[in-house]
Amino acid sequence: MSVIPDSIRIGNGAGFWGDNLDAPIRLAELGALDFLTLEYLAELTLSILAHQRRLDPESGYVGDFPATVLRLIPILKAQPNLRIVTNAGGLNPAACAREVARHLTAAGMGGEKVAWVSGDDLMPRLAELRSAGERFRHFDSGEALGFFETAASAEGGTRESQGGVVSANVYLGAAPICEALDRGARIVITGRVADASLTLGPAMHAFRWGWKDWDKLAAASAAGHLIECGAQVTGGLLSRWQTVPDYAHIGYPIAILDSKGGCRITKPEGTGGVVSRETVTEQLLYEIGDPARYHTPDVTLDFTDAEVTEIGPDLVEITGVKGVPPPATLKVSCAYSNGFSAKGDLVVSGRDAAGKAKATGEMILDRVDQAGFPLRRKYMEVLGSGATLPGVETGAGDLKEVVLRISVWDKDKKAVERFCREISPVITSGPPGISGYAGSRPKARPMLSYWPTVVERDHVRPVVYVRGAEDLAE
Amino acid sequence: MKKIRLGDIAHGRSGDKGNHANIGVIAYTLAGHDHLATALSGDKVKAYFHSLSPEKVDRFDLPRLFAFNFVLWNVLGGGASDSLRTDTQGKALATALLEMELPEPENLAAMLPPEAMLLPDALPPAGKSAPGNAPPKAPKA
Repeated sequence: MSVIPDSIRIGNGAGFWGDNLDAPIRLAELGALDFLTLEYLAELTLSILAHQRRLDPESGYVGDFPATVLRLIPILKAQPNLRIVTNAGGLNPAACAREVARHLTAAGMGGEKVAWVSGDDLMPRLAELRSAGERFRHFDSGEALGFFETAASAEGGTRESQGGVVSANVYLGAAPICEALDRGARIVITGRVADASLTLGPAMHAFRWGWKDWDKLAAASAAGHLIECGAQVTGGLLSRWQTVPDYAHIGYPIAILDSKGGCRITKPEGTGGVVSRETVTEQLLYEIGDPARYHTPDVTLDFTDAEVTEIGPDLVEITGVKGVPPPATLKVSCAYSNGFSAKGDLVVSGRDAAGKAKATGEMILDRVDQAGFPLRRKYMEVLGSGATLPGVETGAGDLKEVVLRISVWDKDKKAVERFCREISPVITSGPPGISGYAGSRPKARPMLSYWPTVVERDHVRPVVYVRGAEDLAE
Repeated sequence: MKKIRLGDIAHGRSGDKGNHANIGVIAYTLAGHDHLATALSGDKVKAYFHSLSPEKVDRFDLPRLFAFNFVLWNVLGGGASDSLRTDTQGKALATALLEMELPEPENLAAMLPPEAMLLPDALPPAGKSAPGNAPPKAPKA
């Protein structure tokens, strides 16, 4: 882009993998966007993709995205300046880019450029990084991660559960996204990047700010933080949800950024939901720790003096966010396989349903124990009696109907499988009034545990690939 | 003594970071903010959630937003990956905290959500808002 625009519009059409499939289509149609972003990767999503990639080397990315591109093709043709940035690449951005390129080529758009970013996946480099001195200490406990079963005893790794790391991805920043856009990519596909960087990348590309213009970086990153969860800033989760108009047609958010570092949030006209001081302030505080130190790979944000002002209908301005240099380390999300878990539900009705449910749960767990499988972790909830926050909220006195939910974990898959078999027998060998056992028996599923850590920035090497769709599709 | 719910004078949202949770609490008005600055300490929030055994609770203030961010350390029973609870991500914490009972403050009317902040076609049934209440202004630095 040779001319620097006064402002750009960035819309986010996906807040997680599983979000509304029509949202990005409607947003691109109605939003007058310069950039459409789609954010798919929660903390543990990559470990699920790792499992898929083990079964099929061409998988490991978010399949919803190429399908979305297919639906967006008429819009991409009608809006030649609209570009897309997404972290849908997951563990396999190259394969995701190839599938997208095939769709573009088949639609006669083979001349468009598709980019992907690699370098976030640290799994192939674990041994090398260990040699370079990285210990991948846990964020909170400081404990070193015992990567290799053979080396674990020698190198700490005191938790017996640290046997198999299944994914390790560092959060990349906005720079590779900016580079891909500078090189002419119509669609940019990354793996793990910081959510806010999906918005900052396009802003850096459009406005040519310096990478040390901390306050401007902070303003655009704040916008990214606000829109990354999709409809959560346009009425989703609002405490006074009754005041939100037309939830069913909720509009997805648009950040309007200007070249001076101004930041506004809005949504397409005629859609449901609302953008107000209330919605923006709730989302600004969402999942933050110390507001003076909100870290991204690009900049550390200070929200302490942030202000949120309604300047028009569904138009809110955010000012006062400051930026300071980010830390020398980058965050890494690791996941390791950690035993097995299962969850079983039953509906219990009738007099003293809560007491009956509790007794039923205890008899199920007792029977698993009698069978020779003392489960290492078990947790019982009588839903309906305030069980989601036990001891904080209490349900009504004499409940006539509750859901009994039992969750268990063990290293031994057999113990968890035995638990799965003990749910249905209580339907005939327990108290009366138990139903709701409609589906099949619960399954023991592998548990993937989360291990947040950091690496030195100097040890991370993002690489940007830009190819013509037609070449890539072959 | 008359009681109010925290939710009468503030709104909020909660979420997770690993095994920790945060709850953003936002007063509807400056008067509500000033009241909560003393009435809603980190220790009070920690005591409210004692049954979930948070290791500690930190409060961070964002005065221009009339807001307080409470960080509840190690409160999620293992977090999204390891917890056996239904609410593994602390989604229910904010709605629960807004149910906290507080003694009714003398100037309650100045703390209720201003009329202007309610959408005309979606007003809640009860006439709870305070007439003549000015829209919130940020406190001077």
